[in-house]
Amino acid sequence: MIPAAFDYVEAESVDAAIAALTEHGDEAKLMAGGHSLIPLMKFRLATPGVIVDIGRMEGLNSIDDRGDHIAIGALTRHMSVETSELLGAEAPLLKHVASQVGDPSVRHRGTIGGSLAHGDPASDLPAAILALGATLVAKGPGGEREIAATDFFTGFLETALADDEMLTEIRVPKMAGAGWSYQKFNRRAQDWAIVGVAAVSNGSTSLSLVNMGPTPMRASAAEAAINGGGSIDDAAAAAADGASPPDDLNGDAAYRTHLASVLVRRALTEAQG
Amino acid sequence: MLVETTINGQTYSADVEPRTLLVHYLRDHLGLTGTNVGCDTSSCGACTIHIGGESVKSCTVLAVQARGAEITTIEGMAGDDGTLHPMQQAFMECHGLQCGYCTPGMVMAATSLLSENPNPTEAEVREGLEGNLCRCTGYHNIVKSVMAAAGSPVTIGAGS
Amino acid sequence: MTAVVGTPRLRKEDPKLLTGEGKYVDDIQVAGQLWMGMVRSPYAHARINSIDTSAAEAADGVAGVYTGPQLAEMGLWIAPLPCAWPVTDDMVNPEHYPTAMDEVHHVGEIVAVVLADSRYGAADAAELVDVDYEPLDAVASIAAARDGSATAHSAHETNKAYHWPLIPDPDALEAAFANATHTVTGEFVQQRLIPAAMEPRGVLAVPSPMGGDVTLYSSTQVPHILKVMIAATTGISEAKLRIVAPAVGGGFGAKLNVNPDEILAVTLANKLGRAVRWTETRSEAAFSTHQGRGQLQKIELAADADGKITGCRVHVDADMGAYMMLITPGVPLLGSFLYTGVYDVPAFGFTCDGYFTNLTPTDAYRGAGRPEASYAIERAMDLLALEVGVGPDEIRRRNYLGGGDHFTDMETASTLVFDSGHYSPNLDAALEMSDYAGLRAEQQRRRDAGDAKQLGIGLCTYVEICGLAPSRALAGLNYGAGGWEHAMVRFLPTGKVEVVSGSTPHGQGHETSWSMIVADKLGIDPDDVTVLHSDTAISPLGLDTYGSRSLSVGGVAISMACDKVIDKAKQIAAHQMEANPDDLDFAGGTFSVKGQPGAELPIQAIAFGAFTAHDLPDGMEPNLQEQVTFDPPNFAFPFGTHVAVTEVDTETGEVELIDYIAIDDCGNQINPLIVEGQVHGGIVQGVAQALYEGASYDDAGNCRNPSLMDYLVPSAMEMPNIKTGFTTTPSTSNPLGVKGVGEAGTIGSAAAVVNAICDALSPYGVTDLEMPATPQRVWNAINGGAS
Repeated sequence: MIPAAFDYVEAESVDAAIAALTEHGDEAKLMAGGHSLIPLMKFRLATPGVIVDIGRMEGLNSIDDRGDHIAIGALTRHMSVETSELLGAEAPLLKHVASQVGDPSVRHRGTIGGSLAHGDPASDLPAAILALGATLVAKGPGGEREIAATDFFTGFLETALADDEMLTEIRVPKMAGAGWSYQKFNRRAQDWAIVGVAAVSNGSTSLSLVNMGPTPMRASAAEAAINGGGSIDDAAAAAADGASPPDDLNGDAAYRTHLASVLVRRALTEAQG
Repeated sequence: MLVETTINGQTYSADVEPRTLLVHYLRDHLGLTGTNVGCDTSSCGACTIHIGGESVKSCTVLAVQARGAEITTIEGMAGDDGTLHPMQQAFMECHGLQCGYCTPGMVMAATSLLSENPNPTEAEVREGLEGNLCRCTGYHNIVKSVMAAAGSPVTIGAGS
Repeated sequence: MTAVVGTPRLRKEDPKLLTGEGKYVDDIQVAGQLWMGMVRSPYAHARINSIDTSAAEAADGVAGVYTGPQLAEMGLWIAPLPCAWPVTDDMVNPEHYPTAMDEVHHVGEIVAVVLADSRYGAADAAELVDVDYEPLDAVASIAAARDGSATAHSAHETNKAYHWPLIPDPDALEAAFANATHTVTGEFVQQRLIPAAMEPRGVLAVPSPMGGDVTLYSSTQVPHILKVMIAATTGISEAKLRIVAPAVGGGFGAKLNVNPDEILAVTLANKLGRAVRWTETRSEAAFSTHQGRGQLQKIELAADADGKITGCRVHVDADMGAYMMLITPGVPLLGSFLYTGVYDVPAFGFTCDGYFTNLTPTDAYRGAGRPEASYAIERAMDLLALEVGVGPDEIRRRNYLGGGDHFTDMETASTLVFDSGHYSPNLDAALEMSDYAGLRAEQQRRRDAGDAKQLGIGLCTYVEICGLAPSRALAGLNYGAGGWEHAMVRFLPTGKVEVVSGSTPHGQGHETSWSMIVADKLGIDPDDVTVLHSDTAISPLGLDTYGSRSLSVGGVAISMACDKVIDKAKQIAAHQMEANPDDLDFAGGTFSVKGQPGAELPIQAIAFGAFTAHDLPDGMEPNLQEQVTFDPPNFAFPFGTHVAVTEVDTETGEVELIDYIAIDDCGNQINPLIVEGQVHGGIVQGVAQALYEGASYDDAGNCRNPSLMDYLVPSAMEMPNIKTGFTTTPSTSNPLGVKGVGEAGTIGSAAAVVNAICDALSPYGVTDLEMPATPQRVWNAINGGAS
């Protein structure tokens, strides 16, 4: 399995990356760690004409305390998120979820920005930023803009990023002391979740779902139930409302619906415990 | 595109297509065939090497991404005099290999694990090796090997 | 020298493999080599209307593009790919060439070959070949094959390949069921498994620079068989073929075939005078390497009021896949004799129907027929225990051959003669090591508490047939080859020893074990023994490694060759020491004269004397080397009891294997370190079948999970530590008393695990679960749905 040939452009700055994207249009694809893109390229399911390598640029790889939020550079590797003491104190859910991505070797290379920009409904990190109410920062030819996590995932493997925009930063509100849980259900540790549920309980409770539809999503009905004074069981019963889970070898839609309910119950029990 | 790297302490360079996977750069262009390919989905870990001391699946990295990198492969683990790295020695003593195909990747993943967590529990060893598949050993003796290696001083990339 | 046999010894093979110096096929680079790229069918069944190779031919670095008909016209082969086991005289055997001619019969069948000057160039060029297909109805399951509304091969009117019966006494069988107090029926699915040796298969064919000869490096278990078969298929003289199996990264049966790529590489290299190579990608392996299992089983047991079995009747429908590969049709037969397990079954009957489907061919995979048989009888024993109302341990105990006591040479209703067995102490050891009583108490506690996580305990006492040998027995099954093994042992002038082994390893550690046997026999240091193997130029005679036969046939041959060496050395020693040979003792590598302290001659000195030939008995040939071809009088029958402990999450259906205990009996052991490793690995492959793996196909015959991302080979995270123990019941089939252990773990473990899950869920009325027992299947079963 070998990628099809492409032209390679190294971007040494965000502006250079945006210039390359502007020049090459939808032929071009940004590559950070490459751990979402290269597997697709090897199967020739992705055949970009131009690879813009942003993985070697300086910066965008630190985790900083910005007062009311933590700013994570888009090129920060999963392993750095997983081992961040700052995140451990202020957003432990994100730190934990990063440790559930792939396996350690994957986490040494894969980046948070790359994972989020890939927009895979089955991956872990989108659920975390949805539950945490994070904000994503994108930069394009017209400058920088902020996108709420809930607005970021627009379709299957599609995000709100324009063809000439680059995700540069993820801003996570500080929530020291908040309850949280991440319930990942899979058959083999290294695999994507069959269903996953992230929960954050900080006064009100937010819940998000992994692999329950074409995009990463909030479990809005379950959130409404629990925040409206319902019981954990009420929320669990509503876990999959509005979801459209896939059928595959690991489970059909009905089973996933059931799993979402069990996992929402477990997540809420842990987050509120 | 010219890709220059430092591998096991030596400088290598080769002119390769940008699409060249790092593992093929090592194997086909530099003749460093100790690093194996066992799958095409980043699942098996047979191709695990170290970049900057950290385990990486070299089938999921382009050679051009590794320009200037400090790489250690299985060929760089034993001492210049042939003395096995403590992890290699532990695999031998605990019968942590049979056909040997996953072994280079296992050794590289395991040494990376111990550099990050020098005294892992058995569960942590199993978790640390979740991305490396073996079809022969049932993992029992691999886990034993890594636990044994953790009991003695371990240095990473002794050959580099 | 202290004896080394029976003691754990580190492996000679390891330093190379640990340092990246082991050379697998893909590691061998040859100047001027061409890379083969395979153009593979995306359809399971289709007519090939036309193939346009022009774009591929025009691509940079492409040396040639060949379609099936073009290759046939070039005269590259004289016969189709071989099936060495035509199980019946009327077996249907569709012609199977290295490339499709005008119709494809499974997804991934080769329709054209490109040759390019690089790995990447071959992959690119293969994509440029444009094939026009006319899709035909596909047969994508055994059920569809039986139904017969579509046929897998247009040239054949039926999907049925053969019918094979083994019913020694039909009247007795009928009577057993007519008179039974209890009967149980189990219907089981043996899903297709992708063997997934970690090293994908690969070939490199190198023509001799002198012309005429071709060396094939192949990731194969069977270099000797391959040589004969390539000669027979291509018409190239055996004398001009050399087959080398370099380091081989696991086989598990998947590398014992004669594959299209092997024929293509040899013949194209021979034709073009350039080296030709190919390495399969992992996802390609779902099509380019045969798969295992693929059976629907029905087993019925008849028993008296005490649960004592009186009859066993089995029918198997077996999925051949698209073609008969080397031993495809025989795999169910290998299992047929073992459906009575370790039990005293007075009446037995087995029938098998083989069917063609438009799926990747099946063939041997670790255990080959025997895990299937063991699964069926051991699952059925649990059903019988439920029916009779006794525990799974008790039902087994009541039915063990020989009453569970030690026996030798015991005839079974399936017409075998078990070499030796001693089942009750083996079961006792497993129950004790697992704290069976404690587990049952914990299970009850959880049941009483309504715990969401229920505990299940599964037992399995398996037996297997090892040491595929007795050539006459194989002849009786229409098997196309013998089962002997060859060995040569030779002293070098320096006193070191070379062993030439016909048995070829791919991870089993032959070099270490054979050295140990020789060291003890000849009284020398194991490090002074070099084992040569896996190259037909160095080891011209052999029948290779499969079916747990290496030690019980090949290892025994080596031991016997050592005996012959010692006999000859004794003649020389007697001559040189002027003693009667009968008065000589041989111990610790030294001959001594009885009753004459100090009159000693080390065997190395005799070896040097045999080399100089200065002073040998009249008429004796120089040099000290002997060879043996051993054909055992009987198979060997290892056995064991496994206990699987599972925790079933009744809310999600998730099954966790929390403990695994294996008490195996493989007769005498040479290297316990290696034995234990074989048990571990075997167990995990059986657990994988029970819980994780299964090639899944859609109705059009597309494999839904060809990659290791979707085909779930388990990792260290999914496996528990494995507790092993052994009993020792020496074999009577060979002088070493050894049996074989390569497949034992796999044969015992799938049934133990599924028995454990069903045991956990018995309060829910669950009596069976289809493998792999995915969380969804388990959850459905708990909730009364289909499993």
